[in-house]
Amino acid sequence: MLDKLAYYFSFPLVRHAMIVGLLIALCSSLLGVSLVLKRFSFIGDGLSHVAFGAMSAATVVSVTLKSAASGNNAVAKWITEVIDKTNSMVIILPVTLIAAILLLRTGQNTKIKGDAAIAMISVGSLAIGYMLVNMFSASANVAGDVCSTLFGSTSILTLTVGEVWLCAVLALIVIAVFVLFYNKIFAVTFDENFTRAAGVRAGAYNLLIAIVTALIIVLAMNLVGSLLISALIIFPALSAMRVFKSFRAVIICSAAVSVVCAGAGLIASLLFSTPVGSTIVTADMIVFFMFCIVSKFLRRA
Amino acid sequence: MSQQLRCKNVSLGYEGDTVAEGLDFTLESGDYLCILGENGSGKSTLIKALLGLIPVMSGEIERSGEAKQSGIGYLPQQTVVQRDFPASVREIVRSGCIAKSGFRPFYSKEEKALADENMERLGIKELAGRCYRELSGGQQQRVLLARALCAAGSILLLDEPVTGLDPKAQAELYELIASLNNSGVTIIMVSHDIGAVRFASHILHIGSGRQLFFGKKEDYVRSRLGRSYIITESTESGEDADIPEEAETVPDEKPVSGRLKAAAAAGAGALAIGTGAAIRHYVKRGERNA
Repeated sequence: MLDKLAYYFSFPLVRHAMIVGLLIALCSSLLGVSLVLKRFSFIGDGLSHVAFGAMSAATVVSVTLKSAASGNNAVAKWITEVIDKTNSMVIILPVTLIAAILLLRTGQNTKIKGDAAIAMISVGSLAIGYMLVNMFSASANVAGDVCSTLFGSTSILTLTVGEVWLCAVLALIVIAVFVLFYNKIFAVTFDENFTRAAGVRAGAYNLLIAIVTALIIVLAMNLVGSLLISALIIFPALSAMRVFKSFRAVIICSAAVSVVCAGAGLIASLLFSTPVGSTIVTADMIVFFMFCIVSKFLRRA
Repeated sequence: MSQQLRCKNVSLGYEGDTVAEGLDFTLESGDYLCILGENGSGKSTLIKALLGLIPVMSGEIERSGEAKQSGIGYLPQQTVVQRDFPASVREIVRSGCIAKSGFRPFYSKEEKALADENMERLGIKELAGRCYRELSGGQQQRVLLARALCAAGSILLLDEPVTGLDPKAQAELYELIASLNNSGVTIIMVSHDIGAVRFASHILHIGSGRQLFFGKKEDYVRSRLGRSYIITESTESGEDADIPEEAETVPDEKPVSGRLKAAAAAGAGALAIGTGAAIRHYVKRGERNA
């Protein structure tokens, strides 16, 4: 078994996947606590569907570009594919950011209630995304493409070096922002009205939370695919909240849980050739139930 | 005595709809102002305006001294989010310094010391490491009060602070607020609980979108409005209020509005009992689990 692992880890792709996977897991767990407590759990879900739609649109754009520009030889095809893979993130990111800001704003104006707005945007972009992929995709295996975008089956193992760097930098930015604004995020999460009354621009920090959430989602799409992102965001937070009693302890614990689960899930998926995303989420679920049991015992004692 | 807050003929509202108008009062440091009024009378709009969260439609709110520099320490009503929030008391009290810390990512030594000092002042020092959601309602209010003091030490705005507390905790909280007031903190308390009037020095009564009374508490208790309000409130909620004897003989000039008020008071009473019961249930469950 260890031999098998060592063999896998001799490939740089696998090592990259491990590094990026752990970074993504770390930053997705940080904001989870805030999102759960602010009753925003589903914003992650909605945004990830938007990201799926954006990814489909990106594919379509690159496909049309390709058919307009190039011939049919295999090398040209491979090159364009590599290019549009890195490009797709460039398109997905701004679209998801805009959606995040819009969702947050509708939450405040409440002409359409928050959850309805999320449901609308998320299913809408899911439908359009699937339609676009079906109509314009160049690849023969549409179902496979869609499946890999939705469940991220192997995408973490197919990242290019450029994407690895992009993911690492974004993840570090998320972590830095979180650490720098930790106190503000706490205050805004715990009591928005008080924070606003104290003269802090709570709206700006809400916006910051939305932007960071969007960043996390675009990142996490690579790891677990767009349907499972919410799990990556909320499970570690919920597990930690079961047992720990101060905000800082909850954050640290949820980061640890997330990283451990992602690592274990990645290794398990290599060993048993299961899909990466669902293995990680399963690990998260197992830990959640373990924490539930632990918290029961702690309360009795 | 110096003036801290002055409302000059202020009108309030949203998007052109006036909620309350003709608000005109002055608050000096060391005052204890109690704002009374039924639901929908514009109390919560006034709170938002005093905190500077919404602009006034006309008139002017003048702030001076600390109220101008660091704003008003605010004790909001509890939100659903806070009931199961995993945070220690220390973390919450420190978050009161959030505006002082500006763009600095962490709290300074002075801010931490201020938080400790305010916890000591409100007698919650030994709770510092405890989890907020496991505290009783009265303890939670103390925590939020300490946080408000960290934000602004000389002027506090309390929004229905005793809602959902049992009578003993209510009395304790009122005593605590009164002792803060005695130590020089200006208090603005919004309430429809008659117990709030006891410690107040000034009363502002708003109703049906305008100011019905502003002045010293003694004058309010003697006024017709004050007496009728105190009677309906205290008979309906079954509390002893310090009202003058002759109050009983005051003729009720508008029986309809009197009945309406009584009904409203009864509704509020029922609601308070309901919330009280719910919270007690919640707390009991917590104790069982602990």
